[in-house]
Amino acid sequence: MARSTFVYVAYIRTTPEKLWSALTDDVEFMKQYWFGVHCESEWKAGSSWKMVHPDGSITDAGEIVEADPTKRLVIRWRHEKKPDLKAEGDSPCTIEIERSGTAVKLSITHTIEREPSQLITAVSGGWPKIVSNLKSLLETGAAVLRDPYSTN
Amino acid sequence: MAELHDIDVLFKALADPTRRKLLDLLHAHDGRTLSDLCEHLDMTRQGVTQHLNLLEMANLVASVRRGREKLHFLNPVPLQEIYERWIAKFEKPRLKALGDLKRRLERTNG
Repeated sequence: MARSTFVYVAYIRTTPEKLWSALTDDVEFMKQYWFGVHCESEWKAGSSWKMVHPDGSITDAGEIVEADPTKRLVIRWRHEKKPDLKAEGDSPCTIEIERSGTAVKLSITHTIEREPSQLITAVSGGWPKIVSNLKSLLETGAAVLRDPYSTN
Repeated sequence: MAELHDIDVLFKALADPTRRKLLDLLHAHDGRTLSDLCEHLDMTRQGVTQHLNLLEMANLVASVRRGREKLHFLNPVPLQEIYERWIAKFEKPRLKALGDLKRRLERTNG
């Protein structure tokens, strides 16, 4: 079956430890770059994972497939809210962190075994803004974008 | 200065029609091999490789090894950064001007 994949890469002037923490257990930090959203999990292989919005609603959930702190995280991601996106099923999201000179390379790969995929299209609108905000927040201490999921 | 360097490389990468075409090709269909991309360009394989290298240096293209193949993906993150740095902030005054105009017109009508 055809596969849809999106890859997002950012070079961030930070440490793998800080970046890992920003992507996992530092909930308050996460809310600052993820437009109020945070993810809840124990961040260990097999533990559940969910994406919680400011109003408490959960749009996406799944489980942690692999967790190698400061290096690699694989999430079995599934949309839970919109029926047609939910029907597309699981979509693995792989997050890789590696040192690159004075910076840290963050790669996020989101894949689904179908093409086209509405889920991938939906997340592709969000990831560049989230990653860009995360980079800005880690490097300068300020997030650039504040409007939650503006469509334009 | 490092930031300046990043943005220089980024704009240099965008300032070439072949490289912009490569980005359009990847936007239409992501995850392509070099051979696949060469089919759409009237250029030697080496030429396309050089353009792809520059796009990778600018972080506009990310490559992923899958078995023996090297797949190229469009990375939209730097474009988002251009949007924030060079577009959003210039849009804001215009939106404010429109808002002010609306308020003024509505006040006149009332």
